[in-house]
Amino acid sequence: MGRPAPDKSRIRVAVQTADFDLSNEAARIAGDGDVGAVVTFTGICRDEDGRLAALELEHYPAMAEAELARIAEEAAGRWPLAAVTIVHRFGRLEPGQTIVLVITASAHRKAAFQAADFLMDFLKTRAPFWKKEHLAAGGSGEWVAASERDDQAAGRWAGKRSR
Amino acid sequence: MKLVYFAWVRERVGMAEEQVDLPADVERVGDLLDWLKGRGEEFASAFEHADVIRVALDHQHEPDRDAPLAGVREVALFPPMTGG
Repeated sequence: MGRPAPDKSRIRVAVQTADFDLSNEAARIAGDGDVGAVVTFTGICRDEDGRLAALELEHYPAMAEAELARIAEEAAGRWPLAAVTIVHRFGRLEPGQTIVLVITASAHRKAAFQAADFLMDFLKTRAPFWKKEHLAAGGSGEWVAASERDDQAAGRWAGKRSR
Repeated sequence: MKLVYFAWVRERVGMAEEQVDLPADVERVGDLLDWLKGRGEEFASAFEHADVIRVALDHQHEPDRDAPLAGVREVALFPPMTGG
């Protein structure tokens, strides 16, 4: 899928239960002289108007990190990125807690913005994670359904080459 | 061959993984989905709408229902992903 990532793109992916430190993660990829722009995106658990007590994130351990790396490499093949970081959490996450972190670094801002947007669209539709609701009223709710909007968002990148 | 299940597919079949010996005529991903559907009530419920089930072969997404299973060690079956 796509051309191979340039050797100089530094890719870091992690799948973990622990929270991440946004400023540490951003600092570790902004340190190089070739980086002029760093974009960070943090996805956070919502309570859906008080309906949810938590989300339980299930994942496919044998595949998740490899798929995150493939998605990061795909982005690095499309934009001139100095670095990509993806951290995805799993387990029980309560409203206000972080779920996912995406950081992109490039010489100029446009590549970093676009690649971060692309990475989130692809994470939504390709990363092997599933969310189950825990209700504020008690008990388990439904598995969150995949949204058609996310599929469409991912589809808009098809065939696009950005450099 | 090892089969692994996630999210509501796992809940409906009532197990996270199993080892199976596939009949000789189950050669492709589509054959496997048809075969699974016929393994009793739980499997019929999990694979009733087989078109929504996503498949990964040896940890890589495989959207092609005609993809061959020969040589594959692990097949994962799961609903559309909701990460991010």
